[in-house]
Amino acid sequence: MAIDNNMVKQVAFLARLKIEDSKLESTKEEFNKILNWVEQLSEVDTSNVEPLVSVHEGFVKARADEVTDGHIKDEILKNAPMQEFGYFAVPKVVE
Amino acid sequence: MTDLTKLTIAQTLSGLKNKDFSAVELTNAYLKNMQNKRELNAYVLETPEIALKAAKIADKHYQTGTNHALEGIPVGIKDLFCTKSIRSTACSHILDDFVPCYESTVTQNLLNAGAVFLGKLNMDEFAMGGSNETSFYGPVINPWSKDEPLVAGGSSGGSAAAVAADMCAAATGTDTGGSIRQPAAFCGIVGIKPTYGRCSRWGIMAFASSLDQAGPMTKDVTDAALMLEVMAGYDQKDSTSTNIEVPHFAKVLGQDIKGLKVGIPREYRPEGLNKEISSLWDKAADILKARGAEIVEISLPHTKYALPVYYIIAPAEASSNLARYDGIRYGLRVNGEKLDDLYINTRTEGFGPEVKRRIMIGTYVLSAGYFDAYYLKAQKVRRLIKNDFEEAFKKCDVILTPTSPVSAFKIGDESMKQNPINMYLNDVFTVSVNLAGLPALSLPVGLDHNGLPLGFQLIGKAFDEETIFKAAYGLEQDVGFVRK
Amino acid sequence: MTYTIKTAQNEWEIVCGLEIHCQIISKSKIFSGASTAFGDDANENVSFIDAGMPGMLPVLNKECVHQAVKTGLGLNAQINKYSVFSRKNYFYADQPNGYQITQYEYPIVGKGCVKIDLPDGKSKNIGITRIHIEQDAAKSIHDLNPKKSYIDFNRAGVGLMEIVTEPDFRSPDEAGAFLKKLRSIVRYLGTCDGNMDEGSMRCDASVSVRLKGEQGMRERAEIKNVNSVKFAMQAIENEAKRQIEIYEQGGTIEQQTRQFDQSTGQTKFLRLKEYADDYRYFPEPDLPPLLLDDEYIENIKKEMVELPDAKKERFIKQFGLTPYDAEILTESKETADFFEQAATGHDGKKVANWILGDFFANLNANKLSLDQSPVTPQMIGELVDLISRGVISGKIAKDVFVMMWKTRQSPSKIVEEKGLKQVTDTSAIEKIVDEVLASNPDNLKAYLDGKTNLFGWFVGQTMKASKGAANPSLVNELLKKKLG
Repeated sequence: MAIDNNMVKQVAFLARLKIEDSKLESTKEEFNKILNWVEQLSEVDTSNVEPLVSVHEGFVKARADEVTDGHIKDEILKNAPMQEFGYFAVPKVVE
Repeated sequence: MTDLTKLTIAQTLSGLKNKDFSAVELTNAYLKNMQNKRELNAYVLETPEIALKAAKIADKHYQTGTNHALEGIPVGIKDLFCTKSIRSTACSHILDDFVPCYESTVTQNLLNAGAVFLGKLNMDEFAMGGSNETSFYGPVINPWSKDEPLVAGGSSGGSAAAVAADMCAAATGTDTGGSIRQPAAFCGIVGIKPTYGRCSRWGIMAFASSLDQAGPMTKDVTDAALMLEVMAGYDQKDSTSTNIEVPHFAKVLGQDIKGLKVGIPREYRPEGLNKEISSLWDKAADILKARGAEIVEISLPHTKYALPVYYIIAPAEASSNLARYDGIRYGLRVNGEKLDDLYINTRTEGFGPEVKRRIMIGTYVLSAGYFDAYYLKAQKVRRLIKNDFEEAFKKCDVILTPTSPVSAFKIGDESMKQNPINMYLNDVFTVSVNLAGLPALSLPVGLDHNGLPLGFQLIGKAFDEETIFKAAYGLEQDVGFVRK
Repeated sequence: MTYTIKTAQNEWEIVCGLEIHCQIISKSKIFSGASTAFGDDANENVSFIDAGMPGMLPVLNKECVHQAVKTGLGLNAQINKYSVFSRKNYFYADQPNGYQITQYEYPIVGKGCVKIDLPDGKSKNIGITRIHIEQDAAKSIHDLNPKKSYIDFNRAGVGLMEIVTEPDFRSPDEAGAFLKKLRSIVRYLGTCDGNMDEGSMRCDASVSVRLKGEQGMRERAEIKNVNSVKFAMQAIENEAKRQIEIYEQGGTIEQQTRQFDQSTGQTKFLRLKEYADDYRYFPEPDLPPLLLDDEYIENIKKEMVELPDAKKERFIKQFGLTPYDAEILTESKETADFFEQAATGHDGKKVANWILGDFFANLNANKLSLDQSPVTPQMIGELVDLISRGVISGKIAKDVFVMMWKTRQSPSKIVEEKGLKQVTDTSAIEKIVDEVLASNPDNLKAYLDGKTNLFGWFVGQTMKASKGAANPSLVNELLKKKLG
């Protein structure tokens, strides 16, 4: 499943990364090299194999419904690149 | 006076208890050594004030007899661990100046045991790499380097180098595909990746959640047992941590290994395996045999698929785990006109090339239309790999294999720069263990013709680190490896 | 009558399905211990988990699972004992991790069914496709600054149930009836407060149209976040009309996301469904699958309250209510309980008339909620009894009701104190009748001459003369006797 430059661009956008046009070709080649390499998995017969989701295959343990956290606003905002009036601030989101 | 930094944790603890030296003296000795060896680039942040403050408290505890298990032991912390009020960056530009307001469970456990934090250790950016060359702060230099600088391995390269160069008594590492064991092997020290679920992942910046495990990197096997006992334990805050008692690991050290079945996987000895490694492997097996162990040949038939499986699953999880680094709430922000521009500018500038490569691969293999062919397929083969180990462990108690097909290579190796797959291939012996969630310890067994350490790993059954420690301790006794 | 939209050329049918996000009632968030409280200062009810800090891990809240199962049972749905959390990956300012933890392939609740009652008296079954549990997003505030948006993470991580229906709706009325029914059910169960205007219940409608008799489905538009029943109905109708207009002009509809504009009642274009909507779902590696056992589900079944449909049926049977009255009285559990308390031991049908009549009128006029009412269910029961026993007339009862409302006194006490008891003493009434006949000789003559429709006039005069206190049936009886 070789991918083209357009696909590289789409994947980059999904991941919110920018690939310079000058690097598009080399990125694509590297991408295809890695994909070709991992495609050796197609040799393996997995027709009756269940995917392994979690390694110990246990089940989730749930906690009691108690308020044990929060009211740490200063700490939540402490590392913010920009904050105003107790909010995180970002460029205008328009939808 | 002996060089305090040469002592193992066990020796140091007895010295502290006997008041041969104080924790402050000990910490100062390490701080001095850190200063002298800065050219190794092992630390990305030194925290001498914090260390000395903790050492003073440790001394008080020794005076009052209220000392804990690792009281006063100076340790280095891989920069992937969030440490409260201490900058934690994962060695990524995107987390410039990030200072967490919380302490990871594992490092909190160490603090509770009285450990003294010396600083934050260099690593591959977000633990993605096998040579520490992807760090935003530059590569770590292997203390075993001679004429030209060699890599310390990765991703826990700073941890391995710091332990090998006596810049800390022990260090924390994390292992997603070999990131504790491979640098431990490259630097001639001991490192154990515990069973998945043994150590809490809470507060450790996630790379690949289903594979990541924290573990200790130490001067010898005994120290690894002492450290792991403190680091491990069930944590309600990590739903994947297992509620199982942590054994007193040090208790098994020195126990007889008579009758222990040691498996040698046929598939780990491919054509063209380095002869030195091959003969050291035989030597290690012989040592165990001489101690009464039985050597059995086993088969792990899906071994060759472990790397491709790993290089699908790990990037897939990473692409999602690293989506939170978006410039909104913490870390680097590179502004843009619109929100998407801000994301793209921040992430493009903040992540290094290897991280970006893996995010891209991971994004692709999860995307609609490709999910089944890559991610789902990889999960299925992952089960086969796990099944292989389950079958093998019906025939043996522990498995012995090389840790890495190579010893430390030079920084800036061309073939690996040219083709990332060449770098990935170095993980060939380590990744299966992560995929199966098993514990494995790497210890140095000998030197190659260049005088560089070669490590071997002992792989155990899930939650059976004790057998690993027992066998590793025996091997360590007779192998006669001399630390740097 | 099936609903269709007729144009000059054609007759069109609506095909609509709904997705309703219901905020789960719980004290703490679905994956963190922060409070779900609404209306606090920005970023107060936020944990490091909710802010997507590095190394943070989700821990599932039991209550959210419980509430979802309860809701599933209330919608007559299959409870899936095995369910899996997944990550839905997308970047947005109000999505702290770059992904939402939700359920994808294996939701906690499967197929179910809800009966809706339509204005024409018919009912219809609406299929529930699934319910899954997930985390809510943060809230962006756009109106504080023209150039910036502000983000408050208080809502981030509050538990949501997403209820997905089959595309079973053929008219806006059906969708409206369903939303009302669903709101009523979740309120009965106490699993969601159902307040659409506060956003604790939010609806997305997916709408397409087809020619009457046409098989299959055409491309659909998804209308996001419609926040009232009325708006949902309006949105569906206007979106259907918009699509029809495009088809009839020879155009085509592309699959797209639209937004409802409250000011115009129209939907407006938001974005096309395209590659950007590739959410790259994969199983959440931080949370193992969720397993429920039979006992757990059985215990929740035991907690189930009587739901509106069952209650309505019972009210009809037990109290002889009309289906219409029963429907209104069971819409909210509070009203139903109020009615039942008032009706027990009294004439239920009359109690219903009083509640639906004077009582509701007074509540509405005074803008009071049920629990603020000065009149208790006991008072209404008693009032109905006073009428049935002939102590007061229906007309006097209306005055008593007004006094009850004002004074909060029991009707018996009011009747007693104000001397409103009906006169049932035959001789006393006879005296009044005689007086009335004597003082109106002209009319008496006219009546006796055959103008029998004056009978009512005499009844009125007698009642008037008794100041309304005479028992009307006795008045009738006596007048008949006297007038022959």
